Amino acid sequence: MNPIKLALTYLRIGILNEMQYRINFFIQLLQSFISVATGLIGLSLVFGQVTTLAGWSRPELLAVMGVHLLMGGVIRSIIQPNMERLMDDVRNGTLDFALTKPADAQTLVSVREFRFWQLVDVIVGMVVIGVAFYQLKGTFGVLQLLSFLAALIMGAVMLYCVWLMVTSISFWVIRVQEISNLFEGLYAAGRWPVGIYPDWLRTGLTFLVPVAFAVTVPAEALTNRLSGTSLLFAFGMTLLFVILSRGLWRLGLSNYSGASS
Amino acid sequence: MKRYIDFYLATMKISILEQIQYSVANYFYMIGMITEPVIYLVVWTTIAKQQGGSAGGYTVGAFAAYYIIWTLVRNMNIVFTPYGWEWRIREGRLSMELMRPIHPIHADVAFFAGWKFVVILLWLPLAAILSWIFKPTFDIRMMEVVVFFLAIWSAYLIRTMLLSLLGMITFWTTRVSAIFELYFGLELILSGRLVPMTIMPVWVQNLSNYLPFKWTFFFPIEVLVGNMTDAQLWSGFGMQVLWIASGILMLNLIWSFAIKQYSAVGG
Repeated sequence: MNPIKLALTYLRIGILNEMQYRINFFIQLLQSFISVATGLIGLSLVFGQVTTLAGWSRPELLAVMGVHLLMGGVIRSIIQPNMERLMDDVRNGTLDFALTKPADAQTLVSVREFRFWQLVDVIVGMVVIGVAFYQLKGTFGVLQLLSFLAALIMGAVMLYCVWLMVTSISFWVIRVQEISNLFEGLYAAGRWPVGIYPDWLRTGLTFLVPVAFAVTVPAEALTNRLSGTSLLFAFGMTLLFVILSRGLWRLGLSNYSGASS
Repeated sequence: MKRYIDFYLATMKISILEQIQYSVANYFYMIGMITEPVIYLVVWTTIAKQQGGSAGGYTVGAFAAYYIIWTLVRNMNIVFTPYGWEWRIREGRLSMELMRPIHPIHADVAFFAGWKFVVILLWLPLAAILSWIFKPTFDIRMMEVVVFFLAIWSAYLIRTMLLSLLGMITFWTTRVSAIFELYFGLELILSGRLVPMTIMPVWVQNLSNYLPFKWTFFFPIEVLVGNMTDAQLWSGFGMQVLWIASGILMLNLIWSFAIKQYSAVGG
């Protein structure tokens, strides 16, 4: 079965499902505005004291905030719901239903859920990026746009891989809810460019939870800081994460014996 | 009165025994929570260093002290969430709790109070590690320690009242998450959770004086980190007591209206 067709089918079902609860759109919109407002207040407090933070100007940090918001929307609409459902399935033994379907199991468990309204954060994030870009008065070349999009996609893929790896741990350990809690906490660190963190934390945010690649690198592409080599490095890391997560998923799956039901 | 004391002691004991068993889960939760103050701390340390060692009257060491004490105060501030109220009302769980010969809120207060003892115990090694990494500077007097002890428990009670009142909105409507999030946004700004209140613009500081939020975050932290006189310490504690008293009053008032709205749907 064509994985893209499969994903699109689930996407359509997800949208139809969420369309039944239209008021959730407004609730989501309000929540996005609250997070933008608190983010802006944080920025204005910082720039009440200084004119640049670790070499980043105010509109540049606004761009970081936009990317963080956008990526957070991607996580909450697609990655997190699927992985949380997977954790539940492993614990309850209902993963059997997914495994018996004639499709690649990893693809299937990664596309089953879709929270359409969470995409509001993606739109709001884009608007914030747009405003930041307007304030930067920069010129946006085709090359820059391409490297931004590439960095964004690679970042999302890496975040997905880390989530999959963490979720795969649930084949061995039952209570992983707390780990996903930890992940959310660490993702919040992406609100600021990772360069400001002390070495040990920056290393963790680059290689363990690749917030650096997911948020800072795309923001660097936007603000003309990204070199070809770091884009290439990001590509290498993406490949590594994809291979590692696929390996861990298969290892975990071979450990799965189904449960009750 | 004795009835209440017995109830509190018994519930607290159960909660301590229960939570000790989940110490690993509790630890993961605490570590996840610690990323938030560490982020703030790093940002403000960077700013302070850029400005030659201090920002808004706080030195690098004082910021470290502020956000390390923050982690304890934040843990003390964890109470039965308004989402829990939503759940217990929506699912009809409240019916069972109403059957008891004691107001249901006492069970919440006692259970979380017991949990705090476990949390404080688990917090100590975390605080030691954070102190080793970020090197806070403290200048603590005995009186500050005494008032701090009272202030964190008062903060716990104030926030319990506030979040219970917030949760009780669910008696009237079940679409509450937007209201809750708005509240948490306001609290973040006006309590000193995001930054020490003294860094806020003056009008925000003035506004926060008339609101309960800063007595649950900024005040307890400042008791240890700042340099308040004894008079300031005790008048601050007096304000906390005032907020607790008005909280109890409001809670009883709203409760008497709210409970008439309640009709169980199952449970």
